[in-house]
Amino acid sequence: MERPGFLPRQRLDDLLALLRSSGYRVIGPQLTGGAVVYRDIDAASDLPAGVTVESGPGSMRVIQQDSPRQFAWANGPQALKPLLFKPTETLWQVQRDAQGQLNFAHCDETPQAVAVIGMRACDLAALRIHDQHFLEGEYRDPHYARRRERLLLVAVNCTEPATTCFCASTGDGPGASDGYDLLLDELEDGFLVTPGSPEGRKLSAALALEPAPEARCEVARAAVERAAAVQTRTLPPGDLFDTLFAHRDHPRWSEVANRCLACGNCTQVCPTCFCSRERDETPLDGGSSVHQREWDSCFTEGHSYIHGLLVRAETRQRYRQWLTHKLGSWHRQFGRSGCVGCGRCILWCPVGIDITEEVHVLMQEPVHD
Amino acid sequence: MTERGIPMEAEVIARVDESPTIFTLSLKLVDGDQHDAYRFMPGQFNMLYLYGVGEIPISIVGDPDQPDLLQHTFRTVGRVTRGFARLQPGDRIGLRGPFGRGWPLEAARNRDVLIVTGGLGCAPVVPVINHVLHQRQQHGRVAILQGVKHSDDFIWRGRYEQWDAEPDTQVLLAADVAGPDWRGYRGRVTGLFEKLELDFVNGITMMCGPEPMMTAAGQQLLERGAGPDRIWFSLERNMQCAVGQCGHCLYGEKFVCRDGPVFPYSAIQHLFGVRGI
Repeated sequence: MERPGFLPRQRLDDLLALLRSSGYRVIGPQLTGGAVVYRDIDAASDLPAGVTVESGPGSMRVIQQDSPRQFAWANGPQALKPLLFKPTETLWQVQRDAQGQLNFAHCDETPQAVAVIGMRACDLAALRIHDQHFLEGEYRDPHYARRRERLLLVAVNCTEPATTCFCASTGDGPGASDGYDLLLDELEDGFLVTPGSPEGRKLSAALALEPAPEARCEVARAAVERAAAVQTRTLPPGDLFDTLFAHRDHPRWSEVANRCLACGNCTQVCPTCFCSRERDETPLDGGSSVHQREWDSCFTEGHSYIHGLLVRAETRQRYRQWLTHKLGSWHRQFGRSGCVGCGRCILWCPVGIDITEEVHVLMQEPVHD
Repeated sequence: MTERGIPMEAEVIARVDESPTIFTLSLKLVDGDQHDAYRFMPGQFNMLYLYGVGEIPISIVGDPDQPDLLQHTFRTVGRVTRGFARLQPGDRIGLRGPFGRGWPLEAARNRDVLIVTGGLGCAPVVPVINHVLHQRQQHGRVAILQGVKHSDDFIWRGRYEQWDAEPDTQVLLAADVAGPDWRGYRGRVTGLFEKLELDFVNGITMMCGPEPMMTAAGQQLLERGAGPDRIWFSLERNMQCAVGQCGHCLYGEKFVCRDGPVFPYSAIQHLFGVRGI
């Protein structure tokens, strides 16, 4: 790792100004509606200073403290996913003329370059998976690709994991190891700045930072180590495919289905879930139609519809689909688990279903009544 | 790597009503270059788009050796197929494709070929039947087994008669419930295995239709000595993108649209027949 520079807290605006003058729209965390969400930010004062988040299964509370720290929270409901894989977007349009002839056209908007500040190691790990999924398969998604090419990432190492976090167990955090342009470590009076790409080095050089003294680096390292050590939730390691499918009739699937509302919240906040459905939106002019893609969830009824039948009519089957894919099939598709340990699915589940608890039970031999 | 594309414009050039709810559309790509470049393998499918309504995956019937015959057979069941049912020659639709992996033509060369279908399951194997019969001397004996729930559901009688007239080709029909005119077998399609006059142990079996039928038939063939690499299935799942991204067609670790829809038993036997996968 390169030797970091030190950016005093009052100079954070210099970084934001530099990003803006380099042509980036700057997006960062803000406290909005009682949660930390990513929005356009104008100045460092928009960042959630003194905000920490207390979370548990199905619960989240923002606590305002008298602290200058702007990244002392673990994560919000979303980070990078909606910026690259949009919740709704137009894939193509078609015009129909008076003779009924159809003219299909790409929807090729060129997006503005975006710099995002504040994402965590878990978010970077999820981004890596979506890059694999949308860019590196047999087919490449041009919409995702255009936005990804114009994305600059300013990650921040996590020092305040929520009780729902388990990135240390999945190996994805709390410190970021790669995939960023710039990496920040937040200290009381400022930030360590470590570049991770040529673009990051350019920005770092333009800031003309003093090299950070070793003592500060040590404080930052210790904070990340502590953030790993305090995590209590875990996932069983490795590819769970064989055991989960061998346990496909485990009574726990029915038991969890009795609690699960099949609302799909877990899949919407999951940074790696990628399901989408497509539909046409037809303006009233009668001469055109817009083909759109929007996020879908394997918990919906329509997800498994084929010619009048539902493959997964029961919630038990949908929960099993989600979990066996995320922690089993995923390994065979992406060479790793689909879980990055962000804990969002636990926190945002309205009935507090905890993936770590469920999977530990499901990995045990079933006890039949 | 390929960019995910947009539909090509296609014109309906002919329509055949096979039954009150089943119809076949013959299509032609409007753009000459697209038309000339279009090739498909038996077992592949297209995404067909109905203006303002939506896109659905439909397997390609017709004959790969006659690319001018780009045919698709529909059953009217849902919102989009009801819309397609109103199309007439001259109407325009959108087409993306072809997608997926088709039937194992190489593995079937110089071997006996058994084809087992149920219901409208016949559609995905029509092109492979045409292909095999066109290259008759490159294959051993051929048997085509078709099962239907009710004898009234049986379509393409003429086509089956034509296939039956081919040399070394056996056509056997089964109906669970049969009307008075039914001359085929009464019962499950698996009941026809007794009558087979070919070597399915060393040959290749290609199957499509309802999963319970395929599960039972696959199991019986295994018990009768066929290896799991010799039995192939065409699976059906919800598909929205056809390029392995939307997640609807996930089948365990497989994306049916990209890794299938045709799979050897050996690739899916750890999941095959499990409900809700």
